[in-house]
Formats: sequence, structure tokens, C-alpha cells
Amino acid sequence: MALYGWMLLAPALILLITFAFIPAFETVWASLYSKGTLRRPSHFVGVENYLSLFSDPAFRKVVTNNLIYAGITIPVSIAIALGMALWANAQIIGRGFVRAAYFTPTMLPMIAAANLWLFFYTPDLGVIDRITALFGFPSVNWLGQQETALYSVIAVTIWKEAGFYMIFYLAALQTISPELREAATVEGAGRWTYTRRVVLPLLAPTTMFVLVNALINSVKLIDHLFILTKGGPDNASKLILYWVWEMAFAYFDTPQAATMTTLILVVLGIVAAVQFAVLERRVHYR
Amino acid sequence: MAFIELQNATKKWAGAVGIDNVSLSIAKGSFVVLLGPSGCGKSTTLRIIAGLEQPDQGRVLIDGRDVTGVPPSKRGISMVFQSYALFPHLNVAENIVFGLKVRGVGRAERDERLETALARTGLKGYELRKPAQLSGGQRQRVALARAIIADHPICLMDEPLSNLDAKLRHSVRQEIRSLQRQLDMTVIYVTHDQTEAMAMADVVVLMKDGKIEQAGSPASLYEEPATAFSASFVGTPPMTLLPASGVPEALLPQPPQAAAKENLILGIRPESIRVTAGSANGLQGTVQNAEFMGAETFLYAGTAAGPLIARLPGRVSRAPGERISLEWDRGDAVLFDKTSGRRLESNSGNAGQKRAVTA
Repeated sequence: MALYGWMLLAPALILLITFAFIPAFETVWASLYSKGTLRRPSHFVGVENYLSLFSDPAFRKVVTNNLIYAGITIPVSIAIALGMALWANAQIIGRGFVRAAYFTPTMLPMIAAANLWLFFYTPDLGVIDRITALFGFPSVNWLGQQETALYSVIAVTIWKEAGFYMIFYLAALQTISPELREAATVEGAGRWTYTRRVVLPLLAPTTMFVLVNALINSVKLIDHLFILTKGGPDNASKLILYWVWEMAFAYFDTPQAATMTTLILVVLGIVAAVQFAVLERRVHYR
Repeated sequence: MAFIELQNATKKWAGAVGIDNVSLSIAKGSFVVLLGPSGCGKSTTLRIIAGLEQPDQGRVLIDGRDVTGVPPSKRGISMVFQSYALFPHLNVAENIVFGLKVRGVGRAERDERLETALARTGLKGYELRKPAQLSGGQRQRVALARAIIADHPICLMDEPLSNLDAKLRHSVRQEIRSLQRQLDMTVIYVTHDQTEAMAMADVVVLMKDGKIEQAGSPASLYEEPATAFSASFVGTPPMTLLPASGVPEALLPQPPQAAAKENLILGIRPESIRVTAGSANGLQGTVQNAEFMGAETFLYAGTAAGPLIARLPGRVSRAPGERISLEWDRGDAVLFDKTSGRRLESNSGNAGQKRAVTA
């Protein structure tokens, strides 16, 4: 019987070990060694890589960027998704069209979406500048200046993510029995009271799920950076994972990249654990 | 004077009739049951009275006030839903006081009324449970408690017992009825189960195809069915309907006028039927099945005129296939017009005729 159980587990276990656990451990291991060159082979350095990382101003810049990025994209895209879902779930004309329209950005690959937004942001020729020019505003190089680069990238992410999260909210809204609304109506609850006292609590498990996803995406979704800014100008829009990629494959500083990756793993693990532990108690599951 | 009044209410949906020109008046403090098969418009009627649905035509009056177009919360009603519609994220106490909270009733009064409602519905000790942790019967009580805590004079119930098992249904039925009497509520209760209607109602309103078929006390519905449909819907087992032409002359009541036998349907209650071994005057039949119920036996027989159910006292042993003769007093049988379905009064045919005209 035990053998049978292991046989059922085997495919998932083998794949996970080969492609997730072994690389993860190798990464942690690699972060403890120095960078090897032809003349000086790599040797064990302990936490030295971590120390040099913490003292790197670029590291601080990138982490700050990512915190701003997450701090804005997560709440804004969830709020927009919830709003759109509540609206698209209501009895409105052309409901199917509204849903499809909201969902379109999600179906596009991130690279394609970024290319699209590149056209929007292009100085002088882009859609945004054309529109602002109508009102007499000067041309702005949205992606090319430090003040706006990060926020322009954030806007693209929100545009892309909100529709995706909306689908989860829509699905959850469909499971709420219309009789609950009627019961609330009979009890004297208006639209807003019903939403706040009944709908939002019942959507809490979905919000929880979306929150975890949004948090993970805020770290792992960097495709658009390659098209839009490449992290520039002067690291103004550089995110952690892009920086890791740069270190590993542009500067070939594997130990430094491994160090950073290890940190990401640890932080994401802690955040996920806290989220589930804290919110689990406050969220109602049916 | 009527407390709740529905005047010529009509509601149509694309391709389907909800209700068609329904007028209804309900006295204060009465227990009215809207009865009928599914799709007859009973729920639509209730929802129009509740204000969850707006009639295309017609008016709703509550206590003399025209409430057509007034939102449900301003009609002085509470409602019990078929699925109970409890808020799954709130516990029993929060569910019950939901309406009071929304209306901004103070904490002290809320707690006091919660206590009363809990006591009335026997839910003490369950305050902190979530609906998912309750049995079907307990959930039903929570829905009931939520309905009575508001102290509204009117309570609307949409098939509140249909999710309970038969045994529980029987006891909850009586609890609802005694609660209604205690609180002097006017209850409008929707069901498709005629037993519930007969057991609970002051007035039964039988509906069919969006129209009121017959309204009256349970006894009058049973004893004086206005139509063949009423006759066959009310009573367990229902009234047997046979074409008059297939029934021996001795068993036929006197038709009002010289109506052709082909146009008449004879109705006979199961308990009026007697079974004799071999009488030439009776309706000849064959036993198909006998159901022993304890105090009585239901005998299913096939005859030349059609199938028939007889309700015989005590235990009756009849083997399937046995030939029997069925008899009844002609005064116990009723006649219906085949085309209109209306009942024909045996001697004074006017009442039946008049009704037939309005239909």
C-alpha cells in the first residue's frame, strides 16, 4: 500500500525535486561562494555576498522601487478589479461586452501589452502626448525621465492585472445567491449597505487569493521592463527580479544573483506565511 | 376591511405569464396560503406583495395605502425565503439582528429583542454558530427569528418548509401557526403542498396558470370544489374524476339541466366510495393495488370509465386482479362541466353557470 502511495506521488515529486527544490538549494549554495574566474576559482565566502549586497546603493534603490511598485499596483489593481466586477455583474446593457473588454488586457502577453504602451508613452507621437497636446500641455518623456518612469511601468501593470483579478471576483459574485440580496432588501439594506455588509465579506476568500497572487506577481512579473525601460533611466524603474536577471545574464555575476534570489525566496516565504496565518482567521470560508 | 389588497395585478415575462389580472384581499391577522402547482404564479404573487417584483398593471394596497412602487423595506413586511437566505458569514445572532442594525436600532433594544426572538424560536444557545454549523431545521428557525424580530405586521413565506424532511415539516408547521397566532401577524404563505395548505390556512388561494382558481377556507375548498382542478388538487388521495358517460345511472347525481352526459365529468371523494363483492348496480372494476396506511386502506381500482381510488376504513385485504363492484351515494358525487371544468350545482344550476361565464 505504501508503495502504491509513493507511485501516485512520484510524478509530481520527481518534477518538483528536479525543477524546484534542487535549483533552489543550489541557488542558496551558490550564494555562499565567490565569483569564480579563470585565475581565481570560486571559493566559500560565507555571508560576504550578502554583506556586499546590502552595502550596494543599487540594491537599496531596487528594493525601494519594488516596494513602491507593489504598494501601488496591489491595492489599486484589486480595487479596480473589484469595482469592475461589481459593475459587470450588475444588470447593465451590454454586460457581455463589458466583461470581454475588461478581460482583453489579460489575454495579451505582457510583451505585447508593453509594446502597445510603448506607443502610448512615446514622446510627441504617442497617444498620451497627442491628447495632452490638445489641451496645450508640453510633451513628456514618460519612460525617459526618472520622476515618471516607475509610475508609467506601474500603470501598465495595473492595466494588465486588474482584468485578470476581475475574473476571480466575477466568479465569486456569481456564487452569491440572489436571495441574499432580496433578504437584505427586505430588511432595509440599501445597495451600499448590502455591498459592504454582505458582498465584501463573502468576497474575502477571493480577495485573499487575489492578494497573494498580486504580491507574487509584483515580484515576478518583469516582462514589460525589457520593452519599456530596461530598468532605466539610472535604475529609476528597475525591479528586483530584473536586477537579478541583469546580474546573472548581463554581468555574469552568478553569486550575487543567487544571493538576491535567496533573499527573494525568504521574503516571499515569510510574507505568504504571515498572510495565510493572519488572514485565515479573519476570512470566512464556506 | 381588507388589510392587504391586490387589485388586478398582472405580470408577464417574455414568453411566460407570471400572473394574469389577479385580485385578492386579505384580512388582518389571517393566515393565507397561496397554493398551486409549480409555475402557477403563486410565488410571483407573493413577490409582488413583497415589492421584490413590480406588477405590469394593477396595484398593491397595504392597510389602505397604495404601496405599488414602494420598496420592500417600507412596506412593513418581513420575509422567509425558501433557501432561508441566511448570511453565511454572520452568526445566528448577527443574522437575526441584521435588519435592526441596518435600521439603526440601538444596542440595548437590539439585544432585548434578540433575546425574545431567540426564546420564541427556541434558538437559545446557538447565538454564536454560523449557518453552516446548523441543521436544516435550525436554519429555518433562524430565518423565522429574523422575520419576527422586526415586529412587522405582515410576514411573507415562500415555501419555507420545502427543504425540511417530512417529520420536521409536520412540527414546524404547527410552530409557525402558533407563532402567527401569538404575534397576531398576517401571514401569506406560498406552497405547492396541499397538506400544508389544509393544515395551516385560514384561507387557501388555489392558483393555476397565473389565475386564482378558487379561494376559501380549507373546508370549503374540500367540500365545495369550484372546478375539477380544485377537486383533483386538494385532498390526499385526490378526488377521482371519471367521464359521466362511463358511470352507471344509479351512481350519477341529477344534472342541473338536460346536459348531455358526454359533456360531464363526475367527481367522487375516495372516502365516499364503498366496495361490494358483486352488485349489478355498481361500477365494475378490478383491484390493482391496495395500500394499507394503518387506520385506512387506499384501494386503487381500474374500471371501464378510468382508474379510481377508494379510501376504506381499517385494513382491507383485496388481492390485485380481484373483481369488485364500487358504489356511492349519488348525493356525494359532484358534476363538472367538461369544457370549462366548473362544478355544476346539482339542483340549482345557476351558481355553476354564472361562474362558468366569468371564466
